[in-house]
Amino acid sequence: MEAGTPQAVKLEDLHVPGQLSGRKHILSILVENKPGVLARVAGLFSRRGFNIDTLAVGPTDDPSVSRITLTLDGAVHPIDQVTKQLHKLVNVLKIRDMEPEETVAREMALFKVSSAVENRAEIIQFAEIFRAKIVDVARRTMTIEVTGSADKIEAFERMVRPHGLVEMVRTGEIAIGRGHD
Amino acid sequence: MESLQAEGVKDVFGIPGGANLPTYDALYDADFRHVQVRHEQGGGHAAEGYAKASGRVGVAFATSGPGATNLVTAIADAMMDSTPTVFITGQVRTELIGTDGFQEADILGATLPFVKHSFAVTDPRQIPEYVHEAFHVASTGRPGPVLLDIPQDLSRADIDYEPRTEPVELPGYKPSTEGNIKQIRIAAKALASARRPIFYTGGGVINGNASEELRELGGSDRFPVTSTLMGLGAFPASHEHWLGMLGMHGTWTANQAMDKADLIVAIGARFDDRITGKLDEFAPHAKVIHIDIDPAEISKNVGAHIPIVGDVKQVLPKLTREYRALQTDSSRLDEWWSALNGWQEAHPLYYDPGKDGEIKPQFMIEALRRASQGDAIITSDVGQHQMWTAQYFGFEKPRRWINSGGLGTMGFGLPSAIGAKVACPGEEVVCVAGDGSLIMNVQELATCVSEQIPVKVFLMNNGYMGMVRQWQELFWDRRYSSVDMGSSPDWVKLAEAFGAKGMRCDDSADLEEQMLAALEHDGPVLLDVRVAREENCYPMIPPGSAARDMVEAPRAVR
Repeated sequence: MEAGTPQAVKLEDLHVPGQLSGRKHILSILVENKPGVLARVAGLFSRRGFNIDTLAVGPTDDPSVSRITLTLDGAVHPIDQVTKQLHKLVNVLKIRDMEPEETVAREMALFKVSSAVENRAEIIQFAEIFRAKIVDVARRTMTIEVTGSADKIEAFERMVRPHGLVEMVRTGEIAIGRGHD
Repeated sequence: MESLQAEGVKDVFGIPGGANLPTYDALYDADFRHVQVRHEQGGGHAAEGYAKASGRVGVAFATSGPGATNLVTAIADAMMDSTPTVFITGQVRTELIGTDGFQEADILGATLPFVKHSFAVTDPRQIPEYVHEAFHVASTGRPGPVLLDIPQDLSRADIDYEPRTEPVELPGYKPSTEGNIKQIRIAAKALASARRPIFYTGGGVINGNASEELRELGGSDRFPVTSTLMGLGAFPASHEHWLGMLGMHGTWTANQAMDKADLIVAIGARFDDRITGKLDEFAPHAKVIHIDIDPAEISKNVGAHIPIVGDVKQVLPKLTREYRALQTDSSRLDEWWSALNGWQEAHPLYYDPGKDGEIKPQFMIEALRRASQGDAIITSDVGQHQMWTAQYFGFEKPRRWINSGGLGTMGFGLPSAIGAKVACPGEEVVCVAGDGSLIMNVQELATCVSEQIPVKVFLMNNGYMGMVRQWQELFWDRRYSSVDMGSSPDWVKLAEAFGAKGMRCDDSADLEEQMLAALEHDGPVLLDVRVAREENCYPMIPPGSAARDMVEAPRAVR
């Protein structure tokens, strides 16, 4: 008898592993840098009814390869099915479902906040607390750059929203695996 | 052209136009057959029929714009049924792309959801490479359609063709074929402990050329076998383990067996909704072994307890060997077989034979089986006639049953018969058509005549879009909305106008004889068979219901 194969298999002992993880997933996808590749990935998501929460695309250290980082909700979508469908795209080279504990994830956001004289100090203070940068100041607005996890950006949004959020731009998360010693 | 020849292409189907003139000019001297179809959709389906009959990649050409968009239905059809096909479209000249030029259509964008892969040529030197990659992707792994879009100016560029010596390497495309041996061993042991097992096989067995291997596995014990519409012929209908087709219009026994089974072995099948019915109530007692080359099919619709990703041709012999090694006592299946045999006896396929002389559609298929001695490639359109053919023909061999299963494309039968006949000129090819379907691609009769492709069209003519009428009768309170086809056309005259032989039959006593005459005629024939108009296709699992809610044909009181 070989290791790993049981002597006999009882049908009642067989189970299907759960499909929904219940948490947010970050998929890091390496794709060939060819025309239409983003349309293929995006089209697959819409066609299969998978909702993308965020999407970020950029070059890698190899000019023939691009990276797509996307986040989606594992409470709604079977991530395994999503990655298997993605793998069927010929231009998709590699997919990593990033382990939260093993991953550094960051997102950048720009907030344009209305800043009358009386609340300007408070907004500057928020920016300091969140280690954000003020990148533009005008007579009625201030623009603040925040970098961090999606949670941090959402927290900052909650703080400044009461002061009048004129506009917000977010990049979507990007992620990289932690180094190992 | 040289690249196509290097791929072993012998036949292509298509229509020329402005943007693919350079290709057609090269075709003038090329060493393969071009079948000039009359509509690009027909060319696409012909390529599919060619591939399904022969296992070789089917190829269709179309020009840009409307030529290309006319192919879309065939491309989507090939995707749903995993048919190895390569579609080569012309595109407007490079400098016109994006300008809404004459006959410009973004065919690559339009077909993204329907292709296994596609290539847009941007440099003439890519053409040979892309052609080889297209054939590789279309024909390996889970087969499917590949589109190659070539702008007119690039297809006329002169390049030096160098024959390819290296095998195709695509970094993002590596189908796994072998199957995990540990999983296979677990599957063999699960089979050994199953008391109510059933093999549920699909089109993957045919695409994977694994009919022999399936017969071996099925013969390794008294395993009952059922199959989807797409898998018919992989396991012989005359075999004592055969339960008939399953699903919406499958046999009572096959569907009951799925409902009561303790172990389902799904082989190259994908748990389509026409198989499962109401998903929550599908096979409530069964564990599932799922063998498929496409990992994304595993646990897509029905969770797999033992997934095995691999090519059925490689996996099945291993499973047979492992199962035989266990030397399991087959008497554990006695009780199961007595239940199965009981269902078979109590609930056979049944139809009311009707009045004297009346042709029941089911009788027509039985007559076809006798007239052809069961030895013909049968294509069909989509609808009642398709289901009756699947139920009553009794397919014994693979690649003898060619139809549109996944997409359900009406008008598929005639052009796919053309493709099958071109692929297998020595075989009898019969298209069992519906009158609602045939009219959708009837222009291809001209192709049959001018290209001397002697297919036989046996038209099951009830003057209705019969399946839709059946649904309106059963589920929409008999409100027959836009399903009556009227008395037009006169099919015999239509066939004759195309230059084919037209025949008509309205008496069951003459039917077989007329079919024989049609089969013996050496050109294309259209035989218009006037069948009972309002016959319903039974048994039937009403849409969205469970297998145990199957409805049988009402028994005539005599």
